[in-house]
Amino acid sequence: MDSISTQFYKAFIRNDRWLLYVKGLGNTLEVTAFAALLGVVLGTLACLFNLQRSKSGKRTIGSYIAYVYIDVIRGTPTMIQLLIMWNVIMATSKNKILVACMAFGINSGAYVAEILRGGIQSVDEGQMEAGRSLGLTRNMTMLYVVLPQAFKNCFPSLLNEFITLLKETSIAGAVGLTELTHAADQVSSATYQYMMPLLGAAVMYFVVVKILSFLFGILERKLRESDNR
Amino acid sequence: MTTDKTAMIRIRGLKKDFGDNHVLRGIDYDIQKGQKIVLVGPSGCGKSTFLRCINLLETPTDGEIWLDDVKVNDPATDINKVRRRMGMVFQRFNLFQNLTIMDNITLAPVKLGILSKEEAKEKALQLLKRVNLQDKADAYPHSLSGGMQQRIAIVRALEMNPEVMLFDEPTSALDPEMVGEVLEVMKQLADEGMTMVVVTHEMAFAREIASRVLFIDEGVIKEEGSPEDFFTHPKNLRLQDFLSKVL
Ligand SMILES: Nc1ncnc2c1ncn2[C@@H]1O[C@H](COP(=O)(O)OP(=O)(O)OP(=O)(O)O)[C@@H](O)[C@H]1O
Ligand SMILES: [Mg+2]
Repeated sequence: MDSISTQFYKAFIRNDRWLLYVKGLGNTLEVTAFAALLGVVLGTLACLFNLQRSKSGKRTIGSYIAYVYIDVIRGTPTMIQLLIMWNVIMATSKNKILVACMAFGINSGAYVAEILRGGIQSVDEGQMEAGRSLGLTRNMTMLYVVLPQAFKNCFPSLLNEFITLLKETSIAGAVGLTELTHAADQVSSATYQYMMPLLGAAVMYFVVVKILSFLFGILERKLRESDNR
Repeated sequence: MTTDKTAMIRIRGLKKDFGDNHVLRGIDYDIQKGQKIVLVGPSGCGKSTFLRCINLLETPTDGEIWLDDVKVNDPATDINKVRRRMGMVFQRFNLFQNLTIMDNITLAPVKLGILSKEEAKEKALQLLKRVNLQDKADAYPHSLSGGMQQRIAIVRALEMNPEVMLFDEPTSALDPEMVGEVLEVMKQLADEGMTMVVVTHEMAFAREIASRVLFIDEGVIKEEGSPEDFFTHPKNLRLQDFLSKVL
């Protein structure tokens, strides 16, 4: 068994291996960021459609589609969704990052939709009624009045979703994408030692999560200040 | 019961059920331009429901509501256009929590393309001056007292130049010392000739401004009259009983 310092040397320094982690971390962050963006956009749309009702109170076709999307995505493993995206839907694409962004974004969208539904339902109904009473349409009132309040209400849950997303990208190694976990795994295979590379990757994930939480904390405080609450 | 076709708002056979709860059981009424109609009645009798049917926040189960020559509850009617002509003030103010006072007031006319941003602001400032709140334009609703919020809610409705104002217990959620400032604004409006439909428990106020007072009970209008007759010579027994409790 190598000494700790030798292990460290092998895991990070020899053959400039640290570059592999940097590349992995970069890919992890890139996939997380774009998937989160896609997730928020898709999730917002899915949520709004999911809540849509016709005049007689029944679901619209858009509402059914949104409902099925949310239900199916939340009811199946992310790994399977990723493999289907890579091997079936985008089988002709060689761009692993793009495939991962799509798969994780579509996955995250379903969760964001549910989080946002909670946020919208926690906004006082009087807000919508006031908007409608002024002649604003339902969509306008949603956009300018209800959604901004809903997003603020579910800020902590959204942060949680982004943290989950970040960690979940660690399965993207399954399609051969060198994200952080896969990078650590490659080092392990090359050096026949596991502790240092995996510990190193874990520390990097942890630090990113901490930074993310910190930034969200600032953003949340800003929102509250501007709001005098 | 008049069937005057010249009335501004005409309500015919209005019924509203919530499931098995038959809240409104057939209401006919005409409101003339410039009239101030006050609705009173026991809690849960359907005063709010009646008011909310007029601007279709509740969809009537049966009957017709007309605003001039527009049938309000016709599915083919663009309800958003109708609502621009009717302001509504709620018991709990319902100011938009995420917007400043100025944005609360200007949001609808600007987004609906009725006024430019500058025109809307200009007009909002004038209206705010009228209620002595011009220095609150940049504040958020949460930082203001209930009385201030309700005066701003009235201003927000007035910014749309409504032809009629609907008030649903505008002072019921206020601390007693703030009731007066809101009633004062409503009195001003009444004096200027605004058509108003008001649900209130402020009987002295009702007596002062009302053209006609309605007593709603068991889903129908049980009594209707001038404030003088209504309060001093009530004929309906349930109304006598009701007045003895609130006066
Ligand atoms: N959205 C709704 N769904 C089901 N029932 C409702 C709804 N709104 C009102 N009701 C019922 O209709 C009846 C009349 O309610 P409404 O609010 O119109 O009474 P009100 O005269 O305004 O009473 P209050 O003086 O308490 O404000 C009540 O029994 C109430 O429970
Ligand atoms: Mg009521």
